[in-house]
Amino acid sequence: VESAHSGRQDYDLLVIGGGSGGLACAKEAAQLGKKVAVVDYVEPSPRGTRWGLGGTCVNVGCIPKKLMHQAALLGDRIRDAPHYGWEVPQQVPHDWRKMAEAVQNHVKSLNWGHRVQLQDRKVKYFNIKASFVNEHVVCGVTKGGKETLLSAEHIVIATGGRPRYPTNIEGALEHGITSDDIFWLKESPGKTLVVGASYVALECAGFLTGLSLDTTVMMRSIPLRGFDQQMSSLVTEHMASHGTQFLRGCTPSRVKKLPDGQLQVTWKDLASGREDMGTFDTVLWAIGRVPETRSLNLEKAGVNTNPNTHKILVDAQEATSVPHIYAIGDAAEGRPELTPTATMAGRLLAQRLCGQSSDLMDYDNVPTTVFTPLEYGCVGLSEEEAVARHGEEHVEVYHAFYKPLEFTVAERDSSQCYIKMVCLREPPQLVLGLHFLGPNAGEVTQGFALGIKCGASYTQVMRTVGIHPTCAEEVAKLRITKRSGLEPTVTGCG
Amino acid sequence: RLGSVRGVPGSSPPGRRARPWFPGISCTSAEAREELRRRLLGLIEDNRVMIFSKSYCPHSTRVKELFSSLGVEYNILELDQVDDGASVQEVLSEITNQITVPNVFVNKVHMGGCDRTFQAHQSGLLQKLLQKESAYDYDLIVIGGGSGGLACAQEAAILGKKVMVLDFVVPSPQGTSWGLGGTCVNVGCVPKKLMHQAALLGQALSDSRKFGWEYNQQAKHNWETMTEAIQNHIGSLNWSYRVSLREKAVAYVNSYGEFVEHHKIKATNRKGQETCYTAAKFVIATGERPRYLGIQGDKEYCITSDDLFSLPYCPGKTLVVGASYVALECAGFLAGIGLDVTVMVRSVLLRGFDQEMAEKVGSYMEQHGIKFLRKFIPVMVQQLEKGLPGKLKVVAKSTEGPETMEGVYNTVLLAIGRDSCTRKIGLEKIGVKINEKTGKIPVNDVEQTNVPYVYAVGDVLEGKLELTPVAIQAGKLLARRLFGDHLEKCDYINVPTTVFTPLEYGCCGLSEEKAIEVYKKENLEVYHTFFWPLEWTVAGRDNNTCYAKIICNKFNNNRVIGFHILGPNAGEVTQGFAVAMKCGLTKQLLDDTIGIHPTCGEVFTTLEITKSSGLDISQKGC
Repeated sequence: VESAHSGRQDYDLLVIGGGSGGLACAKEAAQLGKKVAVVDYVEPSPRGTRWGLGGTCVNVGCIPKKLMHQAALLGDRIRDAPHYGWEVPQQVPHDWRKMAEAVQNHVKSLNWGHRVQLQDRKVKYFNIKASFVNEHVVCGVTKGGKETLLSAEHIVIATGGRPRYPTNIEGALEHGITSDDIFWLKESPGKTLVVGASYVALECAGFLTGLSLDTTVMMRSIPLRGFDQQMSSLVTEHMASHGTQFLRGCTPSRVKKLPDGQLQVTWKDLASGREDMGTFDTVLWAIGRVPETRSLNLEKAGVNTNPNTHKILVDAQEATSVPHIYAIGDAAEGRPELTPTATMAGRLLAQRLCGQSSDLMDYDNVPTTVFTPLEYGCVGLSEEEAVARHGEEHVEVYHAFYKPLEFTVAERDSSQCYIKMVCLREPPQLVLGLHFLGPNAGEVTQGFALGIKCGASYTQVMRTVGIHPTCAEEVAKLRITKRSGLEPTVTGCG
Repeated sequence: RLGSVRGVPGSSPPGRRARPWFPGISCTSAEAREELRRRLLGLIEDNRVMIFSKSYCPHSTRVKELFSSLGVEYNILELDQVDDGASVQEVLSEITNQITVPNVFVNKVHMGGCDRTFQAHQSGLLQKLLQKESAYDYDLIVIGGGSGGLACAQEAAILGKKVMVLDFVVPSPQGTSWGLGGTCVNVGCVPKKLMHQAALLGQALSDSRKFGWEYNQQAKHNWETMTEAIQNHIGSLNWSYRVSLREKAVAYVNSYGEFVEHHKIKATNRKGQETCYTAAKFVIATGERPRYLGIQGDKEYCITSDDLFSLPYCPGKTLVVGASYVALECAGFLAGIGLDVTVMVRSVLLRGFDQEMAEKVGSYMEQHGIKFLRKFIPVMVQQLEKGLPGKLKVVAKSTEGPETMEGVYNTVLLAIGRDSCTRKIGLEKIGVKINEKTGKIPVNDVEQTNVPYVYAVGDVLEGKLELTPVAIQAGKLLARRLFGDHLEKCDYINVPTTVFTPLEYGCCGLSEEKAIEVYKKENLEVYHTFFWPLEWTVAGRDNNTCYAKIICNKFNNNRVIGFHILGPNAGEVTQGFAVAMKCGLTKQLLDDTIGIHPTCGEVFTTLEITKSSGLDISQKGC
């Protein structure tokens, strides 16, 4: 311990947490010539699930969920195929094991890839659980209990978050799983109750339904809080029509394991006060996430957190209350919990630390996509937020229900395929937000996010020629304002 | 300056300045002079009373006062208030043999100067000419009910005009014909995207096993089921177009239109009955049809994209002749539904597109079992066996030497290009110029032909893009300029498009070749990378196939002047970037934008490697 803090530090930069933000920051700093170390440690979930280097996104987030979403979409395609002349059986069963193994193998190859990249860039990697000793020194403990002290000039906290378990529900912790476990299940979860209305909850419920599992979502109040509420309702409406069951305005009160291994869940309907009961094979909690900050001994370093959220308070430079300690990604207060924001914030932070640039991370107009069965992509302001900021009189909303060409022959229902562009009313009608519900929403939204970044106006979007026949071209054809009260349904072509 | 004045007895017309007059045109070149002439004829054509005058000329003032006293609306162009007044006066004298002002036109009839106008007023001729107002049956007749024509007709009708659409599909040599809506709906974008989707579903079926879906047998494809479903969808679109025309009170006549004299068109229906209609303005939107080779057996035995989408039987082993996007798209989906497909290419793939991308499109197709015969052209097609499909022998010869080759196919699909439908619609009767070689119609930047009251949109235009959304945009804006109060012109720059080959190719802006030609190589920076769509990983597809490239102008703030993507859903990805390019997209903005994870589109926010660096862009495997 005495060797640790004697003037020169072991590293120029120490990154705690090997997720998207941490790795990006470490690699960039190493590339710019700094001596860098990353410490990463995955505390097993209450179910005992653990994984490798790469953080939430790679292991228990974006990557496995998009792949399982893809598996579910392929199920839809199998149902479409006969309409397009393919002779396939009516009912095609799905093998969870096979999918899970393929997905897990891909994730493991990514873990490996991250290790190799760190090695290539000469970043020292420690698989240890870190906590602060003082403001320059961190103590790491290995799985076997061995301690190591690491000191650094600058320290970046990028420990992310983990799913939250309810604290007051009997049996929740013992019998429930979370998104930390679902992607690593060897066996099919079977009939599943998903509790929560976050995007994690809806995405998981969406692909489980798509994989032919009996799936129920229980939510206390509104879906996708923070997202545009009209879009959110359409998302759940589509899920309901796609086979997901919803228990709205309900909260679970007890989970009990029955002798046959099934889980008996008791819940309360908040409106009527009535209790109800159901049995499931799996209960998945997706009620929110908590930052991984409490085991860091932040007080030893003097790093301040928000006492309610336990997130680390940061400024525009990503600096904490201690100037040489920074926080990025999901552990930082007020940041969007998204991989690409963490990645970019990490890279920019490294560039600033190395005197390479003074650019700050711009957290405005961050595009994102919810990979529910019908995907929802958005960038910029929700309609509610635009109205709150600018006043209803100054906001013009263009919208349309449209029918993807591929849906016609497949005889798929397109009732929820909907686009909404929120603009300032004053010409040239600057675009404030774009909301797209339909197939490939992520792909559609990315370019428009650029457009909004370039300060696109409604007029400019309308002057852009469409690509025919795509869903994205419908954005460039939005003509009907909400204010007009006209029917926003696209009929025919042209 | 040009001003429109409603005559009020006793008041003299105000010298209102409405809009700049022909900015930037000096009558030095013959071309500019022709353009000026066309615009003057347009003014004469468009205004019930048109007075060319000078603001200080007392004779001009008298004429203006006369029309004001009659309560007649008139337009004036004050030659002394425009920069090119002298040129205007010269061109006017060529048109009218009158050098002086005022120079008065009433209902397109040259009245003369001040004295002649007053004489006509006394003799009653002026009143007669003024009454000849609704001399035409229609305000607008559109020839051709495709994307551009319908868009223009409907927009004009919305603006309160009396509009007719003439649409008639001449059956293909194989006897295929179809309903209202033009190429895109019937034999273009719509059916091809649906057949492309059928092929993608085939791929999805084989992917699905890797994602845990369990079925064992190789899925078979039924051509008839697919074609019937697609034709049903097209039928519903044909119907909805007719309904939409009816709702907007556009007269739709299913007849072949042919000009017989100025402002007059003859419409011939399927039974050969002829009716004539007149209109103040015309829009030619007749589009194009596939070209034939002109070799023995081609019209008898070969089919084209006009026939393929409604073919009542599976085409079987197919030879696709050509390397246009139509050729490659058709070859792609035919192979995708399990057919044996060969493409015969005379020279390059996807001429006009970025050649690096075109070659990548081709090599992906080759890897997926499509055979390419490069540098060969067919010289003869012979029927070996009748049938549905039959058997055809194709003899081809090398473009480079005496070598010939033979092959036997069930179907030969020609996709070697398209010809404009402009040679049999009586354009010569009214003097509309076409490019004799290509049959295309040259127009100015407001889609006007050399005959001022005749306009053209869509695939018949010379030097413009052959794309549905472009035709729609051009048609709509044209109607708004003609009949509304709009000035906006169709912008043919930075139009995005997508080729729906098995691996889709989306682009916007310049190809690398064109960029080098325009800006010189040393002024450009090209960023590129291969990428591996997440969905491809588990599916076990190649990690160095999908490719993204942008071309930036180093000396204009690294502005993005070319955008290219080869990958799944390229159309969906490209659209938004086209908006961004319209708004001045730069490399810096790409770098500053946050990606959507995990998508293919996000690759453009993290492009780091320049082509000039020569660094490796391949993606590492596991």
